[in-house]
Amino acid sequence: MKLLTLNFLTCARKTCKATAASFPLHCREVELEQVEMDPNPLFIKNMLPRLDWKAMKGLTQELGLPQLPNEAPSEEELQGADGEPTQVLNDLHTLLMETSVVSGKLVCGNCEYEYPVKDGIASFLLPSHMV
Amino acid sequence: MSRPEDLLPPDLFYNDTESRKYTTSSRIKSIQASMTHRALELLDLKEPSFILDAGCGSGLSGEILSSIPDVEGGPHTWVGMDISSSMLAQALQRDVEGDMMFADMGQGVPFRPGTFDAAISISAIQWLCNADSSDVSPEGRLKRFFDSLYASLRRGGRAVCQFYPKNPQQRAMISNAAIKAGFGAGILEDDPETKNVKLYLVLTVGGGDITGTVGGMQDVDVQDARRRGEKQKRGWEFDAHNRKGSKAWIQRKKGQMEGKGKVVKANSKYTGRKRRIVF
Ligand SMILES: C[S@@+](CC[C@H](N)C(=O)[O-])C[C@H]1O[C@@H](n2cnc3c(N)ncnc32)[C@H](O)[C@@H]1O
Ligand SMILES: [Zn+2]
Repeated sequence: MKLLTLNFLTCARKTCKATAASFPLHCREVELEQVEMDPNPLFIKNMLPRLDWKAMKGLTQELGLPQLPNEAPSEEELQGADGEPTQVLNDLHTLLMETSVVSGKLVCGNCEYEYPVKDGIASFLLPSHMV
Repeated sequence: MSRPEDLLPPDLFYNDTESRKYTTSSRIKSIQASMTHRALELLDLKEPSFILDAGCGSGLSGEILSSIPDVEGGPHTWVGMDISSSMLAQALQRDVEGDMMFADMGQGVPFRPGTFDAAISISAIQWLCNADSSDVSPEGRLKRFFDSLYASLRRGGRAVCQFYPKNPQQRAMISNAAIKAGFGAGILEDDPETKNVKLYLVLTVGGGDITGTVGGMQDVDVQDARRRGEKQKRGWEFDAHNRKGSKAWIQRKKGQMEGKGKVVKANSKYTGRKRRIVF
């Protein structure tokens, strides 16, 4: 599961919907993987305003990845004067698209329910009494 | 022929054998691909988008999203949800590019508001009509699905669900659940009154008069959710028949697809991994 996706996933339980602590989910005992992908600058540009940067920064801290700046980069920083992708864009691509959780647990900050991840697939199937 | 939906719940019906059979059938592959292309046409996305694939199965629909070239507004990035671990295992084996979740869409779509630009669901949501045990009803599961889908889409976003209702009651139950969730909804029928008829539930999220503003939906009779009270009183009909050469359209799509060589990544994500996922 890409770090991009983690920036949008919340706890699936109804009782957690309204609480701020149900996002972001926290990573526990996770194994990361980096997989090379073709860069898609337009997609990153499209997603940038939708990212929760604070959650992104927290996640990289949890995972022991290099520190992110406090503020999200602006759209202008993604492209150089020559129209070429900048280092900022490449870094975002690596972080959001190429880095993924292969195994471990995603934990809700509110109810502490643990969603297991295996082979990169997170299980969000809830026992019916917890839905 | 009996419907798979009447035989078993989806996670049991799509077991290892069935999932392999489904995924390797060239007939099924081509049908799912052409319906996904049709859904994309209705979504009318202009740039690389973040898309939910509800009931993604082994990725036959999702891989089309990844394969759209930049001149056609792609490639898109997708997240799939499916309740069959065997289907997901097939997807892993085929190394599809989307992220996948083992999840029941009838329990809702667990993403924060405004996450996705669009959503597709190809041949899956009719399964939601079959849940019946003491603690879940089809209506409850449809509500949960459409309410959370609505919230997970950004304003102006769209969803297209191709589905196979068992009868007019199911068709109405599904579309009504979508409308109650707040969507502007229309149903498009390709090849109506033939045995190959295909239904697409086309859903739009908020913001102004949908009918005038959306491109690519000329054949869809869109009904604005905000006027639904009044429409419902009159007995409610929101189908549009897309008769403009559905056969020809499918042939054109087939031709396009054959022309597109699938790009195989040198860097294989899951090679050498265990294929079976057991939670
Ligand atoms: C006919 S397959 C279609 C798969 C894929 N969209 C395609 O086009 O090939 C239907 C899929 O819906 C899934 N499904 C059925 N009910 C579901 C549910 N409640 N939640 C998630 N997936 C479900 C099944 O497991 C199956 O993989
Ligand atoms: Zn929770």
